[in-house]
Amino acid sequence: MSDLIQDLYREGEPIADTKCPDGPIENRWTEAKFENKLVNPSNRRKLSVIIVGTGLAGGAAAATLGEAGYHVKSFCYQDSPRRAHSIAAQGGINAAKNYNDDGDSTYRLFYDTVKGGDYRSRETNVYRLAEVSTAIIDQCVAQGVPFAREYGGLLDNRSFGGVQVARTFYARGQTGQQLLIGAYQAMERQVTAGTVEAFTRHEMLEVIVVDGRARGIIARDMVTGEIETHLADAVVLASGGYGNVYFLSTNAMGCNVTATWRAHRKGAYFGNPCYTQIHPTCIPVSGEHQAKLTLMSESLRNDGRIWVPKNRDDCDKDPRDIPEEDRDYYLERIYPAFGNLVPRDIASRQAKAMCDDGRGVGPKVGDFRRGVYLDFADAMERLSRDQVAAKYGNLFDMYQRITGESPYEVPMRIYPAVHYTMGGLWVDYDLETTIPGLFAAGEANFSDHGANRLGASSLMQCLADGYFVLPNTIRDYLAAGPFEKVDEQHEAVVEARAEVTGRIEKLLSINGERTVDSFHRELGHIMWEYCGMERSEEGLNKAIELIRSLRAEFWRNVRVLGSADTLNQSLEKAGRVVDFLELGELMCIDALHRRESCGGHFRAESQTEDGEALRDDDKFAYVAAWEFGADRTGDDVALTPTLHKEDLVYNFIELKQRSYK
Amino acid sequence: MNLTLKIWRQSGPDDRGDFATYDVRDISDDMSFLEMLDVLNEDLIGKGQEPVAFDSDCREGICGTCGLMISGQAHGPEVTTTCQLHMRSFSDGETITVEPWRASSFPVLRDLVVDRSAFDRIIQSGGYISVNTGAAPEAHSVPVPKANADRAFDTATCIGCGACVAACPNASGMLFMGAKIAHLGELPQGQPERDSRVVSMVNQHDAEGFGGCTNIGECAAACPKEIPLDVINQLNKDFRKAKKGAH
Ligand SMILES: Cc1cc2nc3c(=O)[nH]c(=O)nc-3n(C[C@H](O)[C@H](O)[C@H](O)COP(=O)(O)OP(=O)(O)OC[C@H]3O[C@@H](n4cnc5c(N)ncnc54)[C@H](O)[C@@H]3O)c2cc1C
Ligand code: SF4
Ligand code: FES
Repeated sequence: MSDLIQDLYREGEPIADTKCPDGPIENRWTEAKFENKLVNPSNRRKLSVIIVGTGLAGGAAAATLGEAGYHVKSFCYQDSPRRAHSIAAQGGINAAKNYNDDGDSTYRLFYDTVKGGDYRSRETNVYRLAEVSTAIIDQCVAQGVPFAREYGGLLDNRSFGGVQVARTFYARGQTGQQLLIGAYQAMERQVTAGTVEAFTRHEMLEVIVVDGRARGIIARDMVTGEIETHLADAVVLASGGYGNVYFLSTNAMGCNVTATWRAHRKGAYFGNPCYTQIHPTCIPVSGEHQAKLTLMSESLRNDGRIWVPKNRDDCDKDPRDIPEEDRDYYLERIYPAFGNLVPRDIASRQAKAMCDDGRGVGPKVGDFRRGVYLDFADAMERLSRDQVAAKYGNLFDMYQRITGESPYEVPMRIYPAVHYTMGGLWVDYDLETTIPGLFAAGEANFSDHGANRLGASSLMQCLADGYFVLPNTIRDYLAAGPFEKVDEQHEAVVEARAEVTGRIEKLLSINGERTVDSFHRELGHIMWEYCGMERSEEGLNKAIELIRSLRAEFWRNVRVLGSADTLNQSLEKAGRVVDFLELGELMCIDALHRRESCGGHFRAESQTEDGEALRDDDKFAYVAAWEFGADRTGDDVALTPTLHKEDLVYNFIELKQRSYK
Repeated sequence: MNLTLKIWRQSGPDDRGDFATYDVRDISDDMSFLEMLDVLNEDLIGKGQEPVAFDSDCREGICGTCGLMISGQAHGPEVTTTCQLHMRSFSDGETITVEPWRASSFPVLRDLVVDRSAFDRIIQSGGYISVNTGAAPEAHSVPVPKANADRAFDTATCIGCGACVAACPNASGMLFMGAKIAHLGELPQGQPERDSRVVSMVNQHDAEGFGGCTNIGECAAACPKEIPLDVINQLNKDFRKAKKGAH
């Protein structure tokens, strides 16, 4: 292992094996399914699998493994599995059905996804994703998911997120909800069948690793506070993304990194933590009290025009009084070919640039106005008010409910917000982490999206993982089981429990001056400022310092009231913030080491003359898989992770620099 | 604006519980109702008092986690979820009472948090279409007339929040259940289990202690997703037919 690089991290051995099969890419998944060992149906009920998470990935996996006859224990922190954050997805789900005969194919979806990920994903995985996409739609339709249909009774598709084929299936603006209800019902059916046990209002707080294998979890019953041990032959984490490290994001309030971070601390590598996606069309922050941000569907950019005033003095004027010649339609000006439809990261970065230039609009929050106009006046003239209402009516209503302003009368105000995290636990082709027997699925793994995710592709990946991939790969692992029974008195179990109870006791005993939220908010500010849309060497170094001192202060000065043995929401939040405070540092280290711009990761030092992202394929065409490491300095811990590289080799797709000019 | 809040406090399932009164100041119109409660909680913690427990997650009106009785109305004065209710719906100086859902099938866990797992058990009893992963036919092999697809969608939008139960004087779960019966019953895929589904779900509903429907309509008026009252007619019709074995 190397010495500390930049005083922050070490470099270790590259990843030796991703378990990807060889041969023609279109045969690899079939090959793998054939090679993976089978488990005799009569043995399956003796094999137990813990699944943390009931979103699309976890819910689908629980249902499918239950149907296969395994004994599944499913966990979620909400009061019902149906409330997982997948429920909030609006736009749709991709699948290469080619129902419109517009030239779509498995290969094209594969190609679009690799390109969309800015050539930072693993070809073999992405091909598999595209391949199983069509079966997802069949499955969901059979479950009764009410996708949009045409008058002939067949499924309707739309084109989404800048691709040129219509391959997105949708259920009005509630696709995630409908898909999740489908998975939830399938899972509840297995509860009745006796194969799935559902533990709701349970938060997983530690992984149990025995003799190098994942054998269970420690969870807290969030109603009674009881600390429970759950043992199994394998553990799956499908616990979602970590966008809430920014405090404000479009994620649900409870979304957290605890499950994956605890696994990381126990030895699972974390892949590409700095890859985050920022969505350009969200409702701007309205004040310091703001608890979360709301996404407005991207489809709005199809007809709305984005602008800010040319003159700073006009920023507080009524936009309707600003004449045409004093408006700067900056996306149309800078990117005449794509205009308002440039990819998410470009649209986001330009909005920030305009506001940094002092031309933002809307109310001041702190010293700044953080918003740009999204104007439908032209669209209403070109189409009609009714046609605009038919297309966007419910979005306009939602906007009005939140802001009190009608987009029919005044231009909407939008601003970018954190939306999705491409990074996550590193997994091989079998979705297995570097801890044998510990699998990760859905947004929780570092996934198939490389450095950037295409719209409508997360739902696809989560359901691919849950319904089709994981059930076929985990059996190869389980075929060697049931593994030796673990005793609750085993030192690994006792130790994991002690870590959990120790942490809880500590949090409750500090009794300092500041609330958990105030720390979380401050961490969010640091991350947004220095590890958000644009990152620089100087900023990231500063952020690491700030995070370390914030973390030290947290452990000295946080105030968590109440007790451990009741429903205690402050305690729940505090536990999550503990893990965010460490994750934030790793994200900054990852962002600092990757001295290139790619996908959602924009390094100020790596841009073209026109200010476009500039990749460096010679140096950075790899996945950064981080092994946990920490050094003790004073009363705080500084992370000193070890980097393991997984080289990305492109045999089927040629690497190209993207251009939207 | 400044407001007086009368909030139900209950330390646990076995505590009797009571109202406590709090004043909140400088609340802006743009805050959501739950952000207003966040402000109160930050304030309480500052004073060394335990914050008020309430449920929420997405805060976008889609997950169904939130749900409060606000001055006697489920989800408050607008047709929306508690998390999407904004303070511009209230006026300066108002006194607002905040209570949990009141229904014996939804026991209070703490303060404003209730246990709605009875809804999950109703779904477990039959609220699904039995199709194992991998066994599905090609999606286009069964066209669905648009009218049925739209009706299925409209009723599938139920978020399982429980406001219908809280608003109903009989604490009936019929609107919730009817929404699921209508969603699945409208689709060709849902036909094979149509009879058994409705019978099992109704039995479970009754076993959970939810009341019967006496056609008052408070449920549909409180429903943030505007699930129409006629799903209950459909439910009753399906139930009668199933009992006769007529489907
Ligand atoms: C507003 C919004 C709109 C979106 N729209 C789209 C779209 O149109 N198309 C698209 O493809 N993608 C979209 N996405 C992205 C997509 O919705 C998510 O990436 C995806 O749903 C994640 O699913 P998941 O199964 O991985 O995790 P989630 O659905 O987030 O589920 C996580 C699960 O893990 C559980 N959990 C987490 N931590 C713990 C713990 N410690 N203990 C116990 N349980 C735990 C939770 O209870 C939950 O059940 C959108 C995202 C957002 C925020
Ligand atoms: S029917 Fe309406 S009120 Fe009842 S649970 Fe569903 S969404 Fe909530
Ligand atoms: S918090 Fe999700 S519906 Fe209100």
